[in-house]
Amino acid sequence: MSDPRRPPEERAIKFLRMKPGHGEVLLAEGDPRVEEDEERLIEEFRRQLDEGMWAAIPTTHPGSGRREAQLVKDFADVPIEAERVIFFPRASGG
Amino acid sequence: MLFALLALALIALVLAAPLIVNAIQRRRATRRPHRAAGGLEDLSLYDPGRERRAEQRARELLRSCVNEEEWSMYRDLGFIRVAGRHARRESDKHNGPAYAYLVYPHKPIVAYVPASGQLLSEYCVEFPDLTGGGGRHRLPASDDVLAKWMALTSDEDRVIKRANLHLVGRQHDPARVRRDLWRLAEWERRRGSRPEIQQKSW
Repeated sequence: MSDPRRPPEERAIKFLRMKPGHGEVLLAEGDPRVEEDEERLIEEFRRQLDEGMWAAIPTTHPGSGRREAQLVKDFADVPIEAERVIFFPRASGG
Repeated sequence: MLFALLALALIALVLAAPLIVNAIQRRRATRRPHRAAGGLEDLSLYDPGRERRAEQRARELLRSCVNEEEWSMYRDLGFIRVAGRHARRESDKHNGPAYAYLVYPHKPIVAYVPASGQLLSEYCVEFPDLTGGGGRHRLPASDDVLAKWMALTSDEDRVIKRANLHLVGRQHDPARVRRDLWRLAEWERRRGSRPEIQQKSW
């Protein structure tokens, strides 16, 4: 999670995607409070989910300080203070 | 009469042999540049450093997501331990998780009991990217670990339901997993960290 005390101009969110042969790829970046950015981010978010990706946000548990991830199915569920959303392929039985 | 015809055919073959050899050599010569060009094309498509760079990026991403202990565990031992979420009985909620997972790159997740070291099961799960081109579907090793870590820490039930369940021994060597648990215990002893694993908030 990002520091909420960050200056507003630094509250951009990054969409990253894990890709075979590449590592992570930057898909989109923008400030969700800016209307144009938000539309672009929503469009990219939906595209990734339509392609079969899961979206996760790395977070820190407020009580224990433990790191964990939060799966989100809708852009509206992305916390405003999130710094990045990581898209990765859905799990399937191996 | 037949012998005479055979003799004539043999003489004609011997006389024509140089012409046939020349024709074969010309044909080979015209094919060689195509083959060489094709070889160069193949070479330019294959970048031996690509997978290494991808893995390096994946390791940095993994490091930025997990905590310091988990990162060190992966760096030193090659796997990450994740605490199981569910408690078998009320006392488990206070004494640490009843079970935990060992997350290996491109290998099944192994569930075990931290208190006894008993191996429970293998969960075979993959994260194939079927949208990518070039026949590459497999994520870099560290991305595979991160995908499993994110799936387990966010929605353990979902990933476990999607996995194929087997007894330990189908893909993992049980002796090797037990050795990994021993290595983990030694690693924690050397680090001076608490032996119990990080608990979830129940």
